[in-house]
Amino acid sequence: MSSKEVKNLEAIFDTKIARDEKIEPKDWMPEKYRQTHIRQISQHAHSEIVGMLPEGNWITRAPSLRRKVALLAKVQDEAGHGLYLYSACETLGISREELYDQLHTGKAKYSSIFNYPTLTWADIGAIGWLVDGAAIINQVPLCNTSFGPYARAMVRVCKEESFHQRQGYEIMMTLCNGTKEQKDMAQDALNRWWWPSLMMFGPTDDQSTHTEQSMKWKLKRKTNDELRQQFVDQTVPQADILGLKIPDEDLKYNNDTGHYDFGEIDWSEFWQVVKGHGKCNKERIKARKDAWDNGKWVRDAAMAYSEKQKLKKAKQAG
Amino acid sequence: MSNKNLKHYIYGIADNALILGQRLSELCGHGPTLETDIALTNIALDLLGQTRSYYQYIANLSTENTSEDDVAFLRKEREYRNVLLVEQPNTDFAYIITRQYFFDVFHFMLLNKLQKSKDVNLVAIANKSIKEVGYHKQFSGDWLKRLGDGTEESHEKAKQAVNDLWVFTDELFHSSNNDHQVIESGYGVDPNSFKEEYYKTVSSLLEEATLQVPETKYFQKGGKEGIHSEHMGYILAEMQYMQRTYPDMKW
Repeated sequence: MSSKEVKNLEAIFDTKIARDEKIEPKDWMPEKYRQTHIRQISQHAHSEIVGMLPEGNWITRAPSLRRKVALLAKVQDEAGHGLYLYSACETLGISREELYDQLHTGKAKYSSIFNYPTLTWADIGAIGWLVDGAAIINQVPLCNTSFGPYARAMVRVCKEESFHQRQGYEIMMTLCNGTKEQKDMAQDALNRWWWPSLMMFGPTDDQSTHTEQSMKWKLKRKTNDELRQQFVDQTVPQADILGLKIPDEDLKYNNDTGHYDFGEIDWSEFWQVVKGHGKCNKERIKARKDAWDNGKWVRDAAMAYSEKQKLKKAKQAG
Repeated sequence: MSNKNLKHYIYGIADNALILGQRLSELCGHGPTLETDIALTNIALDLLGQTRSYYQYIANLSTENTSEDDVAFLRKEREYRNVLLVEQPNTDFAYIITRQYFFDVFHFMLLNKLQKSKDVNLVAIANKSIKEVGYHKQFSGDWLKRLGDGTEESHEKAKQAVNDLWVFTDELFHSSNNDHQVIESGYGVDPNSFKEEYYKTVSSLLEEATLQVPETKYFQKGGKEGIHSEHMGYILAEMQYMQRTYPDMKW
């Protein structure tokens, strides 16, 4: 393609973005746009399926049949999210196998929050309330992002996430209205999940590398710090209703700004977990890798069977 | 028909759904593909949903103040009436699928007859469940064919699973003295009425899957009398953990 032709395509692409029109898989797109989207969508898909593990840890021990069924359905929703996000990613010309390989070798990242362990039943409530709550804030703007398949997948993901968040909050509410032991369990879970949840919005704006370009492509509409502030403002009153204390001595409503001021995040912990040294990084990747490796003979069998059936049909026809 | 007899009979159906649902729940997040992970979770969800319907009915039949969760989580091992087949471990995908198929075919035929029970509640549960179980049977049967007639490796694994799990199929057709009373009164189903059809169906699918029907004369039994395998204690220890550690609390 001549450089003039490329310029033309670029102009068409830029106009579409400016007009808020969707970019579809078959449309021309700059290579950087494609790569950035593969990176972000796959990271999102990996987060969904790795995210199944900490919650899956409590399915067999859920305290009632109703909770067991609800948790099982929730974790299944996450598998579904993973499935359509991988599919959206595959439209950009990369295979599911390659994507898994990137996850298993550590080349691709997933949300660090899932490297924390789920130690009590209250953690299931806290994850729904805080982690899904933070995820929604991150994801709602993506329903209008420029890449069509991603935007459409996100519409469905967000609907289900908001249901999960209410479910998590309801678990917390039940614990807080229960015995002292149950309320203590809820407080302990909040203590452990609060700061990691704030870290979910990523580094502070001055440290964030991808913001500017992502803003242009509508992969981002607000900065990390703006989203984090939105989460704090939204969540503090919810903790008040539960009668739980947010584990931050510096947390205080600021009358001048109309927002909550909050304490300094422990960024050394953030980077430790991102770099692979959190409590469960190794277990999470091992669980995913084992599932994939142990499933190889099953996938091979399905392929071989399907080939045999095709041959049979061809023989019958011919 | 005494409520006690009827409850005992229902445990014999519902506990299978609970324990198999629990076994399948262990797999969530660990399937060989996302698609099979989702499908197996669906089956677990159906089975646990059915369990709830039966247990809610049992709770209603009880004179004392009992809930579905008391029924599910607070019995002793000897009081669970599930068959040995459903408590067998998730050794590998071939065992998971074979266990499922052996159970699904039975389950479908049982529900088919249960739709004609004199008990309107059981009829309602059977009417709802049979649609779900029709899909389970399709899923597990299709996979057993893929594994049996797939690669050499999958064939060997499927053969192993079929040989090991076959000995648990006969127990599906056992009935206790109490069950006989419920069956004779028209509330329950005599599984022997479809035993022949069961083995015919299963054998024909095994043949299609290029697998042989095992020729053993010796079968395992005991689950229906509450005499389980060593696996059962661990299933219950995990499942009952919260209820036993924090008694009398609402969740």
